[in-house]
Amino acid sequence: MVDLKGKLVLCLGERDGVAAPALQACVESAGAEVIYTETQCFV
Amino acid sequence: MSVQGVVKPVVRSAVFSMAHLPGMVLSGSKPRREIVVEGEDLQRQIVASLRTFADAVAYPPHQVMIGNLSPEALEAMERPWHSKPMENASPEGPGGRFIDEATLYAWLAAGDSARLLRFSETLPQTLEDALAAHGNGIKPQRIDSTGMAEAIARGAEPFYMGDTGPVAVMMPAHDLDESLTAPVLLENAVAKVTGAIALSDLLKKTNGLPVDHLLGCGEEAVGDRYQRGGGNLAKAMGEMIPGLACGGTDVKSFCAGAVHAMILGAGLIASGMHRRVVVVGGGSLPKLGMKFRGHLQAGYPILEDMVVGVAIDMVADDGVSPVLRLDRSAFHRLGQGSAAHQMAEALSAGPLYGNNQRLSDVDRYAVELHNPDITEPAGSGNVPHNNYQILAAIAAKNGEIERAQMPEFVSAHGLPGFSPTQGHIASAVPYLPHAIAGLTSGTMQRVQFVAKASLFLGRMTGAGDGASLLIERNPALTR
Repeated sequence: MVDLKGKLVLCLGERDGVAAPALQACVESAGAEVIYTETQCFV
Repeated sequence: MSVQGVVKPVVRSAVFSMAHLPGMVLSGSKPRREIVVEGEDLQRQIVASLRTFADAVAYPPHQVMIGNLSPEALEAMERPWHSKPMENASPEGPGGRFIDEATLYAWLAAGDSARLLRFSETLPQTLEDALAAHGNGIKPQRIDSTGMAEAIARGAEPFYMGDTGPVAVMMPAHDLDESLTAPVLLENAVAKVTGAIALSDLLKKTNGLPVDHLLGCGEEAVGDRYQRGGGNLAKAMGEMIPGLACGGTDVKSFCAGAVHAMILGAGLIASGMHRRVVVVGGGSLPKLGMKFRGHLQAGYPILEDMVVGVAIDMVADDGVSPVLRLDRSAFHRLGQGSAAHQMAEALSAGPLYGNNQRLSDVDRYAVELHNPDITEPAGSGNVPHNNYQILAAIAAKNGEIERAQMPEFVSAHGLPGFSPTQGHIASAVPYLPHAIAGLTSGTMQRVQFVAKASLFLGRMTGAGDGASLLIERNPALTR
């Protein structure tokens, strides 16, 4: 288990998996600071 | 008047042009960028892993694309599917046909309205024959090997056939305009002719009801420096078909373009404005070899060697063809959220539950139908399966099924991915030939087509997009 409180996080999402905004919402709720988000699509 | 309109729109046919283009894989975006960094060794590795035309025809997912093999039969086959080539596979089927390199290059010559292509003075005989047969009487401009080398050094884009040197180049149309560079022009020309071939084939197999309008659904950007994505490639495709006298408009929404265009076209028919609208889309050259790294690493051939066009025929009710239910269609709206479950709620559950239907009432869902043999070696997962899991979860959440029944729901209402990774082409519509057959001569009642779009890739928004359309058995068939 990683304690995300105070950590800086890069959120790299995938369109048909977990999108970056969803990752951002999760890690921010655990106290992390998101410094970059991007969702990619490889199809 | 109901939202369904005064005239019932129906979908009669869908046809795919499957152009096998190993000689253009080096013009794909990913190979192009990686070869610049790593040099000729990588280029040799890619070329050594390309498939033959016979390999591409015998590849089981491709046989599903052209309607010769059912998705259910594909699902039952062991993967990877390239290790299970089909014996006596035909290059033609009820849902489309294969186009070999020589034929596609000849169509490029026939569609070269700006006279920017230069063919080598010495060509394989198959290409000479194709140019004579399909070149529309246009004498291709020739270039010697020295001139070709100089043209490439000045920015012309080469393409190949077999393991000899380039057979032709696309010249840039301007010295400084980034929108008219040779790679951009070749991308657009390939999209134009793959769409035009699909349109031509569709018109040959359907009756002579005049086409009123073409709706383009591709992802290319046609224009010069002052209107980079000006578009209307639909009319450029239509111009290649003798005798066609219709209007044209491009509809853009990344991969969801085709389903957007089907809804809008159905609306034109339902309103009474038009009686026949054809959705046309050309294939994507930049996506060739997009996941070549994963394929090389897994010991697979380069599976992204296909550029695919589509044409979809929609008319006023003919009493037979499946009905396009506009009252059960949906566009993803601002504020609905772009996460996978939010998309599925908005596009699949919303139009059904809002009309007293359940997710279980739909025979099959056609979602992003990307072939997992292509995506999984590159770490992109099984895209259709992920989408069906979400639908099953929503059905369970709403009490239609028990949670333990989710795999059964996926199996009963889902499909295996079988489409080449061609963006808008792979998004739901590859199932159309099978759905039309199942809803007319088969026993199916309804199919939902669901497409998603990655608007965020253009950096103008963080949002996604999507559209869905329910297609039902024509009630006249059951009366």
